[in-house]
Amino acid sequence: MLVRIDGLHKHFGANHVLKGIDLRVKEGEVVALIGRSGSGKSTLLRSINGLETFDDGLVEVDGERLHADQTDLRALRLKVGMVFQQFNLFPHLSVGRNVMLAPRTVRQTSVAECESLARAMLAKVGLADKFDAYPDQLSGGQQQRVAIARALAMQPKVLLCDEITSALDPELVNEVLATVRQLASEGMTLIMVTHEMRFAREVSDQLVFMHQGRVHESGDPKDLFAAPQTAELAAFLGAVG
Amino acid sequence: MAYQFDFAAVWAYHEMLAQGAMRTLALTAVGAGIGVAVGTLGAVVRAWRLAPFDRVFGVYVELIRNTPFIVQLFFIFFGLPSLGVHMSEWQAAVLAMAVNLGAYSTEIIRAGIVATPRGQIEAAASLALSRFEIFRHVVLRPALQRVWPALVSQIVIVMLGSSVCSQISAEELTFAANFIQSRNFRAFETYVVVAVLYLLLALLVRQLLLWIGRRFVVGRPAT
Repeated sequence: MLVRIDGLHKHFGANHVLKGIDLRVKEGEVVALIGRSGSGKSTLLRSINGLETFDDGLVEVDGERLHADQTDLRALRLKVGMVFQQFNLFPHLSVGRNVMLAPRTVRQTSVAECESLARAMLAKVGLADKFDAYPDQLSGGQQQRVAIARALAMQPKVLLCDEITSALDPELVNEVLATVRQLASEGMTLIMVTHEMRFAREVSDQLVFMHQGRVHESGDPKDLFAAPQTAELAAFLGAVG
Repeated sequence: MAYQFDFAAVWAYHEMLAQGAMRTLALTAVGAGIGVAVGTLGAVVRAWRLAPFDRVFGVYVELIRNTPFIVQLFFIFFGLPSLGVHMSEWQAAVLAMAVNLGAYSTEIIRAGIVATPRGQIEAAASLALSRFEIFRHVVLRPALQRVWPALVSQIVIVMLGSSVCSQISAEELTFAANFIQSRNFRAFETYVVVAVLYLLLALLVRQLLLWIGRRFVVGRPAT
């Protein structure tokens, strides 16, 4: 198991947002987290690299354990990459520098190596020619692909994607999904929160439906889409079409 | 009888005025350099709430921002010797300016830091950067970029305020003016000329700092 989550509990004040989540993700597996807003899926995702603390339970990624009260997250974050809804590129750095920053700073790779790494990652997402551009000169779809390249440059064991197409204009969604699809086909382990149901069905190996802070139903996406076992999932799939 | 203007009586002292202007600039450069450094430190300490230093900076900021500059200057130059701390008029002037600007720039730069979008910090954290690395590479430059015009204005204010350093005999531009008008009795002409000199200095410093901001803080080619 590459990712193991056991009995994860999380409160926001009086609000119990994660009520004992268990999740297993194998190497190379693509997991889609779906559910209504407020169901806890983003919170769960953000717990996997320590952006959210949790109150009880355990997260383990590739043997690196994270406990409820842990503050040193570096070792874990070296194994977990993340891409955000709002891209979050660093606006003062060129595209190339955005990708180079972490390898240079955290891994202390030489500048020359970082640069060739960054060029390779940008080529992978189809943006080799944007090395010297600045984020605000790119479309949303391009920015998101740079964000993917930036995460990949740290060679993570698993990549978390938090609604990465939700802030995009409809015509830009596909270029980002194509990039994710390519990563999946190359064997990258992915855990993604998504509202793109068709994409989730086509690409994911495991579909996890979250409802009121629990994993309400999970399994093979084709089965779940064809025959949801719970009324809540059926209603959700009906609502999102 | 109409007043006869005599600017030649001021021109006779042009070397003194030039020297005073240069000293005002030098005073500002050193005071602003130290002041902004102090302000950056204070901004980090306050933005990150690093106890107990955030309290210390909090008191410092309130103390300086709510008392007159000339009182701060007199305290340093005339007050501190009672505690055995003696300074030349230049040292006292630089210290007073740095301390004064340090307090204002603490608040200005802090505003820039706390305006950092949370997503930027989360993205950097998810790339395994440490808190310090995040500050250095992700937070600081955009923060300075955001507040640079406000910081430049404050530096200009401090430069103009340095005129009161003439009161402790620091021989800067206003000191030169006071000296000249006491010799030639041409107060009107002298202070008109000095006002224009301050105006030119302020415009120069402002443009220079804004250029530095574009060149080194924003740090990217114009598009």
